[in-house]
Amino acid sequence: MGAGRLYPAVAVGGFRRYATYRAATAAGVFTNTVFGLILVYTYLALWDEKPHLGGYDQAQAVTYVWLGQALYSTLALQGGGVEKELMARIRTGEIAVDLYRPADLQLWWLASDMGRAVFQILGRGVVPFVFGALVFDMAVPDDPFAWAAFAVALLPAMVVSFGIRYLAALSVFWLMDGTGVSQAVMVLGIFCSGMVLPLNAFPGVLGDIVRALPWAAQLQMPADVLLGRTAPVAAYAFQAAWAVALLAAGRLVQAAATRRVVVQGG
Amino acid sequence: MAVDGGPGGAADGITGGAAGGRTGDGAVGGPEGAASAVRGDAARGGPSDGAFIELDRVEKVFDVRRRTGFLKRERRRVRAVDDLSFTVARGETVGYIGPNGAGKSTTIKMLTGILTPSGGRLRVAGIEPSRERTRLAQRIGVVFGQRTTLWWDLPLVDSYRLMHRMYRIPDARYRANLDRLVEHLDLGPLLDTPVRQLSLGQRMRGDIAAALLHDPEVLYLDEPTIGLDVISKARVRDFLRELRDERGTTVLLTTHDLQDIEQLCSRVMVIDHGRLMYDGPLAGLHEAGESERILVVDLDRELPPVDAPAPARVVKVEGPRQWLAFPSSVSAAPLVARIAAEYPLVDLSVREPDIEAVIARMYAGQGNRAASRPPTSIA
Ligand SMILES: Nc1ncnc2c1ncn2[C@@H]1O[C@H](COP(=O)(O)OP(=O)(O)OP(=O)(O)O)[C@@H](O)[C@H]1O
Ligand SMILES: [Mg+2]
Repeated sequence: MGAGRLYPAVAVGGFRRYATYRAATAAGVFTNTVFGLILVYTYLALWDEKPHLGGYDQAQAVTYVWLGQALYSTLALQGGGVEKELMARIRTGEIAVDLYRPADLQLWWLASDMGRAVFQILGRGVVPFVFGALVFDMAVPDDPFAWAAFAVALLPAMVVSFGIRYLAALSVFWLMDGTGVSQAVMVLGIFCSGMVLPLNAFPGVLGDIVRALPWAAQLQMPADVLLGRTAPVAAYAFQAAWAVALLAAGRLVQAAATRRVVVQGG
Repeated sequence: MAVDGGPGGAADGITGGAAGGRTGDGAVGGPEGAASAVRGDAARGGPSDGAFIELDRVEKVFDVRRRTGFLKRERRRVRAVDDLSFTVARGETVGYIGPNGAGKSTTIKMLTGILTPSGGRLRVAGIEPSRERTRLAQRIGVVFGQRTTLWWDLPLVDSYRLMHRMYRIPDARYRANLDRLVEHLDLGPLLDTPVRQLSLGQRMRGDIAAALLHDPEVLYLDEPTIGLDVISKARVRDFLRELRDERGTTVLLTTHDLQDIEQLCSRVMVIDHGRLMYDGPLAGLHEAGESERILVVDLDRELPPVDAPAPARVVKVEGPRQWLAFPSSVSAAPLVARIAAEYPLVDLSVREPDIEAVIARMYAGQGNRAASRPPTSIA
């Protein structure tokens, strides 16, 4: 018994919930595949002009594209995980129900988002990636250890992703509306996570900055681990540092938000 | 941000049973204009002996900021709960009523610990809710009629499994409670239905079960029958009656439906503008509000207004149908008997006053006090 069994149960619930949205999942797979195709042809043209851009050869660049499409919804790179629901609950005051429960708000939503993320790897990630691997020449390692190291890197990537979106959601306690924040999360996500262009290919100081931001922990790090471009331990350390920092910040903001609710009623 | 919690200015009202003594049946106490509580004869004794819920001069003040123009903001204070004192004994079922915005939900939120009082003292089972919310949560159950605690997209039973873990309910007890609740609330066929597909009445029963799985000592129900049809209301009431009689759970129930109170609560508290206006049995409330019931009689033809014995009087005539008002505290039987004997009576019905009307009258009747009448209402 104990709390050790609550959060896994919440995660299982999160997984099962997203599993019920079958049509949305199918539509998502289709969209990711189409976007993947567009990006691949763009990248191929770009890499023809600038071979070894960002240190990737063409096969690696193509692999990066399909990894991005496969992880797009899992890492909620443009938002759209449980934070949408959390924002709605804060806005409508339903968050009050969550507060009187004997459960930790952050862990609850983290668990729920983890369940969602795991479902979306399977539901939305696998098909576009396999499609890409069948149709294009990709730099997919056949070393199982590379895959294992990649899988390990996904976990802190998910936590970092959650950490960013949780902070965004909590801002609704003060802003009363999540639309602007959601848009900011989306724009930052597209740009800083390397969805458009690998962060390795960003030039100069800009590149140094985006590679140090938490968004780099989401797609870029797992991709580089899989492609053998970085030592897994270094990637894990970077990711873990951001995960811890974001979760800690989340706890602080959560405490302030809770105080505000219990004093001011939301 | 919290407003200073010192005692307010005028200490009026006869709120504490011990402090003010008990006023007689239906007598309206307190000085003119002061929002003083009226206590009927079911009022408790001293505030602390055996009290499970205890409020002593509790206040809740909200700061409301409004934009009134470019960069201009107006700050307003809303006194949602004002100098509220009452106690509820273990096992009591108490109705908590009042008009919209009276402060009912705010009170319940303070009782659960999700709102801290701005002033006063509040204890549930000896615990200060806002300080030890998590510890208290194990001992209370809450149903917010307008919100659900259930997982929207998942089958009902998944929410229950989550409660099992969240409240750390021992497996055997969880299974026994679930079986019992499923049977009594008739949830069997719904367990595998996603919550979003449940009707309002079904969802409400689902929510009530969710709130009771961990055997709470007290159940707060904030409008549990809101939006339900007659049959669903009856179901919920039947269940709550059983809960009260067989399990001795303390229940605090807010509602706008007087029938909920009539059928479930031996005691009713009325709150308005955050202040306790009345605390006592339902019958006494009618007297305090000097409320009237309406007897509608259908005669077999159009006749002049019937000659009714005072205090009853005809208030409306429409063809063969006539409306007679009489005090709620007086039995309808003699009046009916007399009309039946002297007029060609075809049909009749008695309309109970609705709670908002009773409260409105109570307010109006604050100054000119009511005469003491024995509680003889039949209802
Ligand atoms: N978070 C809040 N911020 C500001 N004012 C609030 C807040 N919550 C409640 N109020 C105000 O406090 C007062 C009491 O509200 P409350 O919700 O307790 O009423 P209620 O008795 O439950 O009414 P209803 O029957 O409509 O549910 C109202 O004037 C309301 O506007
Ligand atoms: Mg309310």
